[in-house]
Amino acid sequence: MQGNRKASPGKQEDKIRSDCFIEIELTKSGGIHLILQSKVGSMYGKSINDLFVKMCGSFGIKNAHISVNDYGALPFTIAARFEAAYKKLVKNNTYEFLLKMNKNNLYSSSKDKMRRSRLYLPGNEPKFFINAGLHKPDGIILDLEDSVALSEKDSARYLVRNALRSVDFYGAERMVRINQLPSGLEDLQYIVPHNVHVILIPKCESAENVISVDEEIKIIKAEKNIDNDIFLMPIIESALGVIKSFEIASASQNVCALAIGLEDYTADIGVERTNEGKESLFARCQVINSAKAAGVQAIDTVFSDIEDMDGLRASVIEAKILGFEGKGCIHPRQIEIINKLFAPSENEIAKAKKIILAFEEAKKKGLGVVSLGSKMIDAPVVKRAQRILDYKP
Amino acid sequence: MKLVKNKAGRFVPEEVNGEKQIPFQGVGKYKSSGKIASPPVRSCIDFPSDGNKIVKNLKDALKKSGLKDGMTISTHHHLRNGDILTNFLFDTIHSMGIKNIRWFPSASFPCHNHLIKYLMDGTIHHIEGSMNGPLGKFTSEGKMKGMGILRSHGGRYQAIQDGEVHIDIAVISAPASDPFGNANGVQGKSACGGLGFALADSEYANKVIVVTDNLVPFPCVPWQIQGNNVDYVVRVDSLGNPAKIVSGTTEITKSPDRLLIAEYVAKFMDEAGIVKDGFSYQAGAGGINLAVIHFLKKIMIVKGIKARFIRGGSTKYLVEMLQEGLIDYILDGQTFDLDGVYSMRDNPNHVMTTPFTSYNYHSKGNFASIVDAAILGATEVDLKFNANVVSHSDGYLLHGIGGWQNCLFAKCSILTIPSFRDRIPVIVDEVTTLCGPGELIDVVVTETGIAINPKRKDLLHSLKNSLLPIRSLEEIQKEVYEICGGAPEKPKLNKKKVVAVVKWVDGTVLDSIYQVTR
Repeated sequence: MQGNRKASPGKQEDKIRSDCFIEIELTKSGGIHLILQSKVGSMYGKSINDLFVKMCGSFGIKNAHISVNDYGALPFTIAARFEAAYKKLVKNNTYEFLLKMNKNNLYSSSKDKMRRSRLYLPGNEPKFFINAGLHKPDGIILDLEDSVALSEKDSARYLVRNALRSVDFYGAERMVRINQLPSGLEDLQYIVPHNVHVILIPKCESAENVISVDEEIKIIKAEKNIDNDIFLMPIIESALGVIKSFEIASASQNVCALAIGLEDYTADIGVERTNEGKESLFARCQVINSAKAAGVQAIDTVFSDIEDMDGLRASVIEAKILGFEGKGCIHPRQIEIINKLFAPSENEIAKAKKIILAFEEAKKKGLGVVSLGSKMIDAPVVKRAQRILDYKP
Repeated sequence: MKLVKNKAGRFVPEEVNGEKQIPFQGVGKYKSSGKIASPPVRSCIDFPSDGNKIVKNLKDALKKSGLKDGMTISTHHHLRNGDILTNFLFDTIHSMGIKNIRWFPSASFPCHNHLIKYLMDGTIHHIEGSMNGPLGKFTSEGKMKGMGILRSHGGRYQAIQDGEVHIDIAVISAPASDPFGNANGVQGKSACGGLGFALADSEYANKVIVVTDNLVPFPCVPWQIQGNNVDYVVRVDSLGNPAKIVSGTTEITKSPDRLLIAEYVAKFMDEAGIVKDGFSYQAGAGGINLAVIHFLKKIMIVKGIKARFIRGGSTKYLVEMLQEGLIDYILDGQTFDLDGVYSMRDNPNHVMTTPFTSYNYHSKGNFASIVDAAILGATEVDLKFNANVVSHSDGYLLHGIGGWQNCLFAKCSILTIPSFRDRIPVIVDEVTTLCGPGELIDVVVTETGIAINPKRKDLLHSLKNSLLPIRSLEEIQKEVYEICGGAPEKPKLNKKKVVAVVKWVDGTVLDSIYQVTR
């Protein structure tokens, strides 16, 4: 044992919901002494108590004063808060207290899965996790980076790990945004073993950034004997990143998309971010071009005014015209608009049907060259048409 | 205390505060006989011919009304959490050394914490009305001398009318009154909307005191309360805090889950064929309810249809729809914001209703059953669609019934509830307190699914091919139990001590609320 004998991570303030505050003091004797203050004590007091007994047993804690202020936290949160508190005290205990994997979370993803909407959730706020999937985003991002205060980085890792196991994502692609490298590399061991689908790499500026993450993932996968695909979505957020975007997009087979982050980019080039976005037009086009050149998806930044639905609509329409295939969301109410607008229009569907029909007929006739009207149709056009027809809302 | 099992299978006392009770007999099964209460004949001889009924102060009015130990005093919740008058009333009663009052409010609010000391020292014997927040906690812990009685707004009217509760002195806070006692709630600095909840009290109480902070010369119109029923008028500086009088929950919820519930409700109503030209529904002022209005409005505009009336809980959202011509009438039971108050004052199609017109079960019909759909909340629902609206799963009494029981008679009653709150599952095996029998609850809408009562084969048929997540309560419950870490423990209750009872709309006893033990 090392360090202080008392630790109390987590927040304690009014209006906390679905979270808890745990203080552990390791003692020399007297066994485990638990003081539980809980909003749900009369309903889940016994269950909470049992969880603490189990956790103490698993970590080999024999004597401790544990005080808990519980605001209706679910078991995965209680376990994460406890582990964070304990590991602040005992840094060399590598045991992980893992709750059972939710059987609804065992699905996998694919590289070319549709990624119209991806919902960012602050990684240290469990109350936002629980029902996020009900709002049907294509992807849910548990964020370890900008939305987590520096002092909460450790806590958030345990919480995100436990959420990946326990929280039902209701079919959304399971994503985590790690911290900026190099500390983002340390995040990976908390995430990779728990069926994460996509890792977002923030402020990506070089192919090496991508490769280092990819390599680390490989090592952890080998160690833990995991073989599910884990894709990468580098986020371009700087002038240098924009210039290097093609080599970033093509740095690994596992890169599935390039995203752009405009808050940091505009700061980096020293301008204000505007709603029209003239200042970032070059960067957006460059990122789209690099993504397409590398054969991966191009994903737009978030729209940060959650009250302005008309603004969001305009922004999505523009993004789609430029060539983006998806956009970030910071509020569930943005999802529906984004999903709808990125979905193929009736025109696109009608056109796609014609293309496929012409292609099938040409195939039947044994023609090498397919044409529709006066236009030649080649393989990528057919592929895109098929994807449009495969689209399911 | 002897408890008997009623037709809902719940154990209820045969006697409450010394008065014999009829256990619940089933929905629509109990028919009362006898006469409605009749106050004595009055005469103009006893009242000043110049119409001036003003007395010096409230104490004087209470003295003149013959205030004695053990009397029943009624008050009303028009001023909601901004009410200062009720607290002042009991300060006065206390200063007169009076004990054992039966307090009969139409509802209570957290501002009435102030009265706990009078419950402790015996000034108030017990409460018949809602016991919200701290008063509910006090009652649940078995600290009230008598047994509380919870009634719906309609049930309160019924109890007065049927003579179950005889009011000795009604104290009506009036944002506007003339010296004769004609009063309304739409004028003055304490304007709150309609005074409908005080109607029965003004008609049946032995003595009626109108207290106002806005005395106007005769005539005070509209006279929501008629001076012909009033004994004394008292002037005070202030009835309450205007900011809290019209607070309510008058903002649309921002919670994505609650918005999702609201959206499901609107879509459900549309797909069930309810949203058609000339339809009606009951809207409340809770965050989800306001959001339902928002989504319904969108559907109505797209379809180009109008509602004949909306029964509310009026707020600026309803007022806007009235002004935009999307509804013909607002039938207003309670006004939650100033837009509502002004609209009631200025727009003849914004009509004040009373519990008599809307909810009283012992009358020749009422509006509640004419409404096409009512959207309501609940604290718990069980697998048989029975619902609770007064206590929480930890056993504590925390809310009143309001118009909730009465609204269940709508053609389609819809409960909007999150499937769990923090870690508290809302769909339970058995409700802690039964307030609404499942046979009257048609649909439960949660963020994870919509459950239709199997009794409503018509609705199940209409929604057969719906893309909405139609699921069973069992399925939703199972999912929530998995999230919350199993079924919750039962509340720890002292089943030997009933602290309050819940009445059904016909005056029978539906359920008991027990003392919470630690």
